[in-house]
Amino acid sequence: MTVTERAPGEEQLGTLVEMAWDPITRIIGNLGIYTKIDFAHKRVAECHSTSSLFRGYSVFMKGKDPRDAGFITSRICGICGDNHTTCSVYAQNMAYGIDNPPLGEHIINLGEAAEYIFDHTIFQDNLVFVDFCEAMVKETNPSVLARAENTEAPNAGIHGYRTIADIMRAFNPFEGAVYKRALQVSRTTREMFCLMEGRHVHPSTVYPGGVGTMPQPTLFTDYLTRLLSVLDFVKEAVAMNDDVFDFFYEALPGYEEVGRRRVLLGCWGAWQDPSVCDYKYEHMTTWGRAMKVTPGVIVDGELVTNDLVDINLGLRILLGSSFYDDWAGEEPFVTHDPLGNPVDMRHPWNQTTLPAPQKRDFNDKYSWVMSPRWFDKRTGDHLALDTGGGPLARLWSTALSGIVDTPYVKATGHSVRISLPKSEKLPETTLEWHIPQWSNAIERDRARAYFVAYAAAMAVHFLEVGLGLIRGGDTKVFNDFEVPDDAIGCGFHEAVRGVLSHHLVIKDKKIANYHPYPPTPWNGSPRDSYGTPGPYEDAVQDMPIFEENGPDDFKGVDIMRAVRSFDPCLPCGVHMHVGGGRVLKKVHSPMFGASHG
Amino acid sequence: MSIDAGTQSPARNPSSAQPRQGFDHIDILWISEGMSCDGDTVSVTAASQPPIEDVILGLVPGLPSVTLHNKVLSPTLGGEAFLAPFRAAARGELEPFILVIEGSIPNQNIIEGEGYWTSFGNDPDTGEPLTLNWWIDRLAPKAWAVVAVGTCATYGGIHAMAGNPTGSMGLADYLGWDFKSKGALPIVNIPGCPVQPDNFMETLTWVLYHAAGSSPPPPLDEMLRPQWIFGKTVHEGCDRAGYYEQSDFARDYNSPKCQVHIGCWGPVVNCNVPKRGWMGGVGGCPNVGGICIGCTMPGFPDKFMPFMDAPPGGSLSSMMSKPYGVFIRRMRSLTNHTLNKEPKWRHNGAALTSGYDPRYRP
Repeated sequence: MTVTERAPGEEQLGTLVEMAWDPITRIIGNLGIYTKIDFAHKRVAECHSTSSLFRGYSVFMKGKDPRDAGFITSRICGICGDNHTTCSVYAQNMAYGIDNPPLGEHIINLGEAAEYIFDHTIFQDNLVFVDFCEAMVKETNPSVLARAENTEAPNAGIHGYRTIADIMRAFNPFEGAVYKRALQVSRTTREMFCLMEGRHVHPSTVYPGGVGTMPQPTLFTDYLTRLLSVLDFVKEAVAMNDDVFDFFYEALPGYEEVGRRRVLLGCWGAWQDPSVCDYKYEHMTTWGRAMKVTPGVIVDGELVTNDLVDINLGLRILLGSSFYDDWAGEEPFVTHDPLGNPVDMRHPWNQTTLPAPQKRDFNDKYSWVMSPRWFDKRTGDHLALDTGGGPLARLWSTALSGIVDTPYVKATGHSVRISLPKSEKLPETTLEWHIPQWSNAIERDRARAYFVAYAAAMAVHFLEVGLGLIRGGDTKVFNDFEVPDDAIGCGFHEAVRGVLSHHLVIKDKKIANYHPYPPTPWNGSPRDSYGTPGPYEDAVQDMPIFEENGPDDFKGVDIMRAVRSFDPCLPCGVHMHVGGGRVLKKVHSPMFGASHG
Repeated sequence: MSIDAGTQSPARNPSSAQPRQGFDHIDILWISEGMSCDGDTVSVTAASQPPIEDVILGLVPGLPSVTLHNKVLSPTLGGEAFLAPFRAAARGELEPFILVIEGSIPNQNIIEGEGYWTSFGNDPDTGEPLTLNWWIDRLAPKAWAVVAVGTCATYGGIHAMAGNPTGSMGLADYLGWDFKSKGALPIVNIPGCPVQPDNFMETLTWVLYHAAGSSPPPPLDEMLRPQWIFGKTVHEGCDRAGYYEQSDFARDYNSPKCQVHIGCWGPVVNCNVPKRGWMGGVGGCPNVGGICIGCTMPGFPDKFMPFMDAPPGGSLSSMMSKPYGVFIRRMRSLTNHTLNKEPKWRHNGAALTSGYDPRYRP
């Protein structure tokens, strides 16, 4: 994030107001954000993010039957639990030496596509957009609302709202038309999910080796008709999001700095291609690149790697500010991967979780989240990658690799083209998402609307392939297996809000070690042992404030937009706190700016 | 609607045919900071019978008007704006309210020193986190009704599994099974991992009718579950139970037949999901190919693990039913074969052979 130079004289006089939001609403889980705000310069001086929840999955899974892992890990998350089940199936398949039959794989792919459509829709329209709705903007930036009333919406021909303010009104909670319709769409799309994976949010029909879902033509008919019924909504949502976000850039010059950080994105790939994927570690580079969202690590706009083996070996779990004891002195579980590469002691395969509850101290230990980082062997840096809330990294990585080429989604090297079929109101539509100039709050939010379209388009493709298999008589959905005495496995997937990995070690047919790393530990991590802040902290720290209210009635909407753009989901891993605009403590800070370098 | 409010409905009460003796308005204080995944809150947004927004907007006749304070759905930005009604209720300044607890209750007594397993807001004086246990101790005695949503809050669930580090338990384990709220109700338990969306909304609606004074309290069984929802087993509502009767069992998950040999606990689990579906009648568990892992039960998960093996009693009961089942299956197969043939008088021949007899007398 850009640091603005300040004159030393000003710093001496800077008055910092502590502001905290705890718990943060409209997210899943316990997140607190603690800031120091410099109202004179309208900037956030310092930010800490903390999660106040520890449940101990990696502790109580030890010694259990490894086949139970998909059922148990689903319970980590109440909105994307199925992503865990799926990722666990990937990891178990590797450990058991099996794959899913093609139809079983496509049923999981269809379930996961419905999950992306559902989850991004309810989060964007019912949770994120409350920060951009008329009721909110009226209280935080009345002048922006006045301008919105007089600004014609460029895409009115698609979504039907004449002015930007009309769109904002449609997002007012529980009353606005789009808010209410989004709730309905989130139900229709969850029904699509339930058709493929049984139940939302903890699936019933997904097993290692495939699914128990009955592959009847009816299954696909029921899914297709529901999908077609939401396509108008999906197309209109992209148009409305583009209109509102472009308006914010225009109405508030400099808004691109809100939630902005260096481009440090990670994406672990989504949707296996069963014609390539055999789940063998030795072939992971090949089948990883065949995924229908391409994995990748992107640093400063450059694709560092799209090889899942590289991605795997670079994983490091650091401590520093977390309530755990270190495991460096414990016995490692995996010294080398199946290709013979050395595996670091700080890799999830070798982690031992040693909880140590203690008093929260922002100068020492303050969170139940650890600090996952990715080791960049080119520079020796431990990078605090973020997921861009999921969609931003997925689209960016897919676009740069330029590999995905399906009838409805195509990556070009600099963009992703998404084609959706004709729907009730709107014609066949091709949308194009371009790599943006910034990794910031607005681009994270905008990417989400486009990724809903991406997932819907891929669903059309998976339906066609799946129905083709059924019509050809290939209805196998499950491959039987034996649990080996000793094995290791890893799974890489995209949870709705970003990277998800599961690392599994089996000894004597039991789980010896199991470590899931969902997106929020990456995004919501605290300062690590090198002092590097986590992405929320980094994105909020030093960002400008555009809210018109002063310290007495400050809402913190810009900060909340920055944090919510990451789609926080803290059962997976984090905690913001504003004292209702109260000045908790005035700090005359001669050290201003020295605490974050 | 103000963003500082909870999810407040417009100020108008739904009409009712009867004179009311109960409350015109009630707040719902929902804390999901137990050991949970927030999956029950998410699940409730899937309900359509009735949908949560219809209750909030006052569209269901006979209910009091409701203000919902739930972290995921709150229009506030969070922090003190969101916590204000919880703090008011803890001071005794907000009545009446229904307390909804989501997630299991960790054991704070096992922590030495000042740590915590989960918290909800901070102590304004010290700035340190307030534990979930602190809130329950203050809110439960003042609540008109207490509802535990999901298997974690009702009985402990996944986070109370053997080997867990947090000592987690269900709400009744924490408050006592004989706990009575200010409205003289026991804890209302609605288990499920997560809760089936319409099961929750239907039960909440009943509690709200009771709050309005227009219905008796909901009938609960000895595990404090609504009787009409949990009074039957999965198997009794499962469309694969016919295979069991005929002793015809799935050997792996490709099969559409009864799954008791590959991990399904349906015959001994109290739950209505195969009959009601998961949402809008779609999805479920053994009815759609997912083994029942007993996620509504007090013994979940440990007594059902490993999930994918046959339950110990399953092979015995299915072995005993085998002679009957195999015989019945064969007989039905013969009958079914006959029923799949049309009667012989349906033909395009020159003569009518249907037995037509206009002057028939018995």
